[in-house]
Amino acid sequence: MSTLKISNLQAGIPGKQILNGIELTVKSGEVHAIMGPNGAGKSTMSGVIMGKPGYDVISGSVSIDGEELLGRPAWERALAGLHLVMQYPTEVPGVHIDDVMREAFATRGRDAKELDALIASEAARINFSTDLVARSLNVDLSGGEKKRNETLQLSLLKPKFAILDELDSGLDIDALRDCARRVEAATTEDNLGVLVITHYARLLEELKPDFVHILAAGKIVKSGGPELADELEKSGYVAFQ
Amino acid sequence: MTSPTRLSDVALPTADEEIWRYSRIGELDLAKYHAGRVDTMVEASGEAVNVVSTGSFADCGKAMPIAVDAFAEISAIQSTGDSADVTVVRVPRGKAIVEPIVITRTVSASGVVATPRLVIDAGENSEITVIERFVGANDVDSLVVPIVEMSAAQSARVTYLAINELGNRTWQIAHQQSLGERDSTTRIYTVALGGDYARVRTEARLVGTGASTQQVALYFADNNQMHDFRTLQTHVAPRTHSDMLFKGAVAGTSKSVYTGLIRIEKDAHGSQAYQTNRNLTLSEGAWAESVPNLEIETNDVKCSHASTVGPIDDDQRFYLESRGIRPEIAERLVVLGFFNEVIERLPNLPVVAGLRDKVAAKLGGAL
Repeated sequence: MSTLKISNLQAGIPGKQILNGIELTVKSGEVHAIMGPNGAGKSTMSGVIMGKPGYDVISGSVSIDGEELLGRPAWERALAGLHLVMQYPTEVPGVHIDDVMREAFATRGRDAKELDALIASEAARINFSTDLVARSLNVDLSGGEKKRNETLQLSLLKPKFAILDELDSGLDIDALRDCARRVEAATTEDNLGVLVITHYARLLEELKPDFVHILAAGKIVKSGGPELADELEKSGYVAFQ
Repeated sequence: MTSPTRLSDVALPTADEEIWRYSRIGELDLAKYHAGRVDTMVEASGEAVNVVSTGSFADCGKAMPIAVDAFAEISAIQSTGDSADVTVVRVPRGKAIVEPIVITRTVSASGVVATPRLVIDAGENSEITVIERFVGANDVDSLVVPIVEMSAAQSARVTYLAINELGNRTWQIAHQQSLGERDSTTRIYTVALGGDYARVRTEARLVGTGASTQQVALYFADNNQMHDFRTLQTHVAPRTHSDMLFKGAVAGTSKSVYTGLIRIEKDAHGSQAYQTNRNLTLSEGAWAESVPNLEIETNDVKCSHASTVGPIDDDQRFYLESRGIRPEIAERLVVLGFFNEVIERLPNLPVVAGLRDKVAAKLGGAL
């Protein structure tokens, strides 16, 4: 059992504070949804937690089982068990997923002997064509294919905690179902803890949250169970802005 | 004006001339060198044995005039004397040669100016692949002035690959010229890893309707090396097609220059021409220049050019790092991926398979 703990996280971009004291604790196997309107700080939150360059941390802490992650480079955060599924996965021309996974396995001291077979079986689980797996990372992939590719990497790397940043944006209904079900399965098979960041509730029909938090103006303003997502779907974010 | 007959009479150009802008021509002192030769080794098997021979200056400049400059003059002086080194590949009409010809030019002595020449003459509907490797040790300080002329008759397919693995004190000033007749295909590839100052001027002329050409290069300089490319895509005939992709990286305090011109002449309607040059600067002290140009004298053509110079993309590095990959390995993956686009287009031959490892090894020292 692991714990991802975010406390009093204040951060932003140079000259502008965006996160105003986030408090959140995610345990292994739990699914937490962060919902919020545009501009609430959702993407900043995922970037700051993973250590994306360009953000300034003002104060606070992000830790896994007491191990502080802030101030450490992204690759060390990944080794500590954190994984980010990006909203807009970056195109990396000429680099293939097996090259990346082989290196990622190496830093983790994992044996990559069965990697090709593992990629094939995990790709099949989410209906991701092996022809597409052979392409350069995210190059010439549709929105849905990119998210399947992100989900494939998540399933191969088996992190302790995954942040899904707007997994549903640009996703067709089939891809949404395939990706969400794979993540859901990981919460029971591998005890994955999940932080789903989303604008819309439709993702949560497939990936059932245990907790729902509403992020507005850089703070979590309300927390509750899955019923909170239904309430938002009916009344919108107006009450929280 | 008469052509000079001795090396000492040759007047070198200066960097004031547009075609020599950014170059290191000002550092060249011809008096340092005496006339000499590279060691030429030709490997051919099967039917390829029958099409390659030692030629003479009389075989040169027949299909097209060689652009006259100081280095064409140096080559002409040497090619008529004891230092003549002319290799001719003449493929008869209708003959498709499967086996590639590999010519290795080794610069083994210092203080030499060597002028190896290669003439590829592909007859109608013939096919040939020629690889020309330039190699030498790091302690060799010489000047190599290679000229390759290739002509593809109607429907002929010519593939030429130049590999520069010269020592890091050797200079190279190379000319590549190709002529494509009706429906022919010429592919001119260059891989430059070696040399101190290594320059290639490469011109593809499309003179027959429907002719197509590809010019593709990979270059990677480190320490104080400089790679310098001048490209020309000249469309003379209608419905001709040219595609140029040059990708390079500079590390340490090295430099690279790319200047290229697409020229579509007035009768070349219905032609397509593409020109892409991308450069990665891998260190603060490295420098790359990219200058693409278009000159179009007719309507009804499709042209595009793209050019970039910059460091490794932060987002690409972060993406790989976020997977738990150390920054230096992430950078290596990005750079090898950058070069992959070129390597994947090279002919599938054993000599090419080794190039990926050579690039990776050089990168190991540069990052």
